[in-house]
Amino acid sequence: MWLYALRRLVLTLPILFGVTVICFALVQIAPGDPIQNLLSPTASQEDADRLRAAYGLDQPLPIQYFIWIAKVLRGDLGMSIANNAPVATEVFRAFGNTITIALISVALAFVLSMILGVIAAYRSGSIVDKLITAVAVFGISVPTFWLGVVLVIVFAVNMFWLPATGMGASGSETFNYFNWEDFKFAIMPIIALALPPLGIMTRTTRASLAEILNQDFVQTLRAKGLSETAVMFHAVRNIMPQAVAMLGLQLGYLIGGSVLVETVFTWPGTGFLLNKAILTRDIPLLQGTILVLATVFVLINLVVDLAQSVIDPRIKRA
Amino acid sequence: MTDLIDAIDASPDSRDRGGPAQPMLIVENIKKYFPIRAGLLNRQVAEVKAVDDISFYVLKGETLGIVGESGCGKSTLARLLMYLIDKDEGHLILDGDPVGEKLGVALDGLRRSLQMVFQDSYSSLNPRLPIEQSIAYGPKVQGASSKQAKEQARALLDKVGLKPDRFGQRYPHELSGGQKQRVNIARALALDPRLLILDEAVSALDKSVEAQVLNLLGDLKEQLNLTYIFISHDLHVVRYISDRVLVMYLGQVVEIGPVDKIYDAPKHPYTRALLECRLSMDPADRVEVAPLAGDPPNPVNPPSGCRFHTRCPHVEEVCMSKAPALGDVLRSTPDTHLAACHMVHAGSGHTKAPKPADAMMWANLGVTL
Amino acid sequence: MSDIPANLIPIPATQAAPSQRVRSYWGSVWNRLRYDYVTLFCLALIILIVLSAVFAPWLAPMDPDKSSMANRLRPIFHPKYFLGTDEQGRDLLSRMLYGGRVSLLMGIMPVVLATTIGGLFGVVAGYYGGKVNMVIMRTMDVFFAFPSVLLAVAISGSLGGGITNQMLTLTVVLIPPLCRVAETATSQVRTMDFVDAARASGASTASIISTHVLINILSPVLVYASTLVSVSIILASGLSFLGLGVSPPTADWGLMLSTLRQSIYVEPLVTAVPGVAILITSIAFNLVSDGLRQAMDVKA
Ligand SMILES: Nc1ncnc2c1ncn2[C@@H]1O[C@H](COP(=O)(O)OP(=O)(O)O)[C@@H](O)[C@H]1O
Ligand SMILES: [Mg+2]
Repeated sequence: MWLYALRRLVLTLPILFGVTVICFALVQIAPGDPIQNLLSPTASQEDADRLRAAYGLDQPLPIQYFIWIAKVLRGDLGMSIANNAPVATEVFRAFGNTITIALISVALAFVLSMILGVIAAYRSGSIVDKLITAVAVFGISVPTFWLGVVLVIVFAVNMFWLPATGMGASGSETFNYFNWEDFKFAIMPIIALALPPLGIMTRTTRASLAEILNQDFVQTLRAKGLSETAVMFHAVRNIMPQAVAMLGLQLGYLIGGSVLVETVFTWPGTGFLLNKAILTRDIPLLQGTILVLATVFVLINLVVDLAQSVIDPRIKRA
Repeated sequence: MTDLIDAIDASPDSRDRGGPAQPMLIVENIKKYFPIRAGLLNRQVAEVKAVDDISFYVLKGETLGIVGESGCGKSTLARLLMYLIDKDEGHLILDGDPVGEKLGVALDGLRRSLQMVFQDSYSSLNPRLPIEQSIAYGPKVQGASSKQAKEQARALLDKVGLKPDRFGQRYPHELSGGQKQRVNIARALALDPRLLILDEAVSALDKSVEAQVLNLLGDLKEQLNLTYIFISHDLHVVRYISDRVLVMYLGQVVEIGPVDKIYDAPKHPYTRALLECRLSMDPADRVEVAPLAGDPPNPVNPPSGCRFHTRCPHVEEVCMSKAPALGDVLRSTPDTHLAACHMVHAGSGHTKAPKPADAMMWANLGVTL
Repeated sequence: MSDIPANLIPIPATQAAPSQRVRSYWGSVWNRLRYDYVTLFCLALIILIVLSAVFAPWLAPMDPDKSSMANRLRPIFHPKYFLGTDEQGRDLLSRMLYGGRVSLLMGIMPVVLATTIGGLFGVVAGYYGGKVNMVIMRTMDVFFAFPSVLLAVAISGSLGGGITNQMLTLTVVLIPPLCRVAETATSQVRTMDFVDAARASGASTASIISTHVLINILSPVLVYASTLVSVSIILASGLSFLGLGVSPPTADWGLMLSTLRQSIYVEPLVTAVPGVAILITSIAFNLVSDGLRQAMDVKA
């Protein structure tokens, strides 16, 4: 187990290195002089020269990379052009908003997918099963940003139940998830975020349950006179490691993929930050946000793998 | 043995280069260790000694049977001979010419002379190609036109007893095991080889089908002037088809000799155990104790001394410390019966070894042990 | 956001008793597909959508780019404008037809490109194994460290908008998963004895790959690629929605969705139209790939 953990940890390092290389490359592939990409259009020539020296932009690329990565490791992600504020500060402020609704969404999706998956597998082939499968396909196929728009049309425009966008009057600083007036703002983003993972997880849960229920040992359990509920309980326990792995993966996807939903709802998270960076062509902000999100995604995968190896002792690929 | 050579004399082969007395294939000290990687950095931590210093020769026109438990390295040996995996050490001499070396036959020449029928009839045919195309592929690769290759494939199908009109366009999944194995044989024959390696070619077949395929192999051998290396773990079949037999244990040769000598008077306790296992299948002939208990030891860490000592009923001190030699296989005549066991070597230190005096006597009579 | 599903590979199917009529694998696939009405229906739907996009110039009742301030945001089923008009008074039906060209192109082209490029790398990695495999697959792993949406936004955000950049971005995003699928399939085929038999007959690697490997990995790769079409459409419309797609006058479903969003309070139904088109297309592709998966007997 410890060997596996260590090995997994060691294998993560080259991945993280690769992630930083790609993020570094983002500035390079952006059209135009990298220095222009890193500076606001109004910056003076001196500013440009200063930055050029600071980043060693006259040096060969590998050296530039090391200068950059040294700064990143010290927590310096550069300056946002639009706000003229440190990127790190902006990203971390936004990250809290993203992770909270992502966690709520993925938890919601997980619980619902388990319930729906169990029902579908239990009533395999019935109308209910088909209905659940249809919902799953819808969840997988639906563009979340469009779903967001539809939710706004239905709940905000037509019914006036929920506020359309933003975080409300209290704003990001004092937003309280346990206050109904505040939480109302989070409801639609959460639903929009939760639907795709709900679709994917429901489908997988149903499929793996169906597979297990067809296996010999389940027949044996049935033959021993176990009730269907108990059999299902066994089956669910069997797919747990897999389900947990998927849960983690989906959480990662939500954090990374929230840009569209946050844009629709102007939810001030990292996704919204990315949207802002794109609109203003703020490359440092884009680069810093991507770097943080990708790193988080890698770490989530690491944690999931380790958690899975604890739950499921069969994984000892050391 | 003499009638064998007569048979070869009777049908001279235009492809013959070294003359009838030159063995078809000589294998000299061939070795293959598979690395085992593990740990953090995937470094090599050990190796599987799959084929460990094996030497033998195959005469033109004979069938050499190779037997041994599964995992003893038979398939690895076959693949080494076919140059499908790289050998670590050793030489191959094909009809007098060293293979893959300067002044010897090129790999392509080997490819044309040596072909193999694979063990697993399920994975040995491309599931997405009609069998006719599978057979025609080799000739096409070697430069035949599509039409020629197709005609050749159909002729071969006919030769292995499958009507080309009926079977040519079928896919492997539409054939039975025996039919698939016939296709495999046809494919191997497509390049007009002289030596055919048959790796468990009939092992997966029902007894009746097995007999048919064995008969086919016998006929083909005569018609096409073939030499066979016949690999199997089934001793009945090996006895039926072979002229000489080579017994492998954990990557090494433990016994080699003419088929009758091996089956009637096995020298190595492993061979004896194998034969007793075989007999015990027959209820009338059942032996009290299973003679070959347990699994063979791990080829990663083969036992010291004689590799068989962990399972040998006659194990003594010397067996654990000293590896018994087989003798010089390459310089002995085809009817020589050799075994790598201390019990057959005079003066080895094993209590059951013949006394040096006895050995002298036998030697004076002109018999090699 | 739908993400690229993990997917693993079949060993070519073994079928039971030999059938009397000689039938190829593809013959049997078609035979199974023939009775799968849902898949056939979705296939027909896709063909219809593709045709309507291809023939947009003939089908569109009006010029998709001609705005008319007097006719802004007409409702759906308006006698003159079947799907209403957008915020600049352009006929929505015409724009939907033309927009389908870009959206479908963005769904299909990147998948085709990525299948070719990623497939090639995957086959090479799977066939040669060892160091070659390690270099290729570890590089792909780095791309897997990004959720696909994030990777698309990162690359596209740096490159800037435009059709070419969007296509490039999507191709890069789709290469790693396709490479992985092709690699897994190839390394499975590679261990099959028929590959060794081909090597033993003296065939070159190129010949073995083209004759023996490709046809055997075709079905898992195709099935997987078909699931990516819908991913690609959604990603593309997402990028367009963020302003990283075609430049404004050109019609594109994602971009239309984005610009119509401002009019959500005025004409909510019209606003929903482009999204419905994306959704239907995406569902159709998803169901077709499900059907193909079953018909080709590829394990999920
Ligand atoms: N490619 C390989 N890598 C590592 N070990 C192998 C490989 N091929 C075979 N081996 C090992 O070599 C030994 C001999 O295998 P094999 O030649 O297949 O035996 P047999 O054909 O007699 O059953 C086995 O222990 C097997 O695990
Ligand atoms: Mg074998």
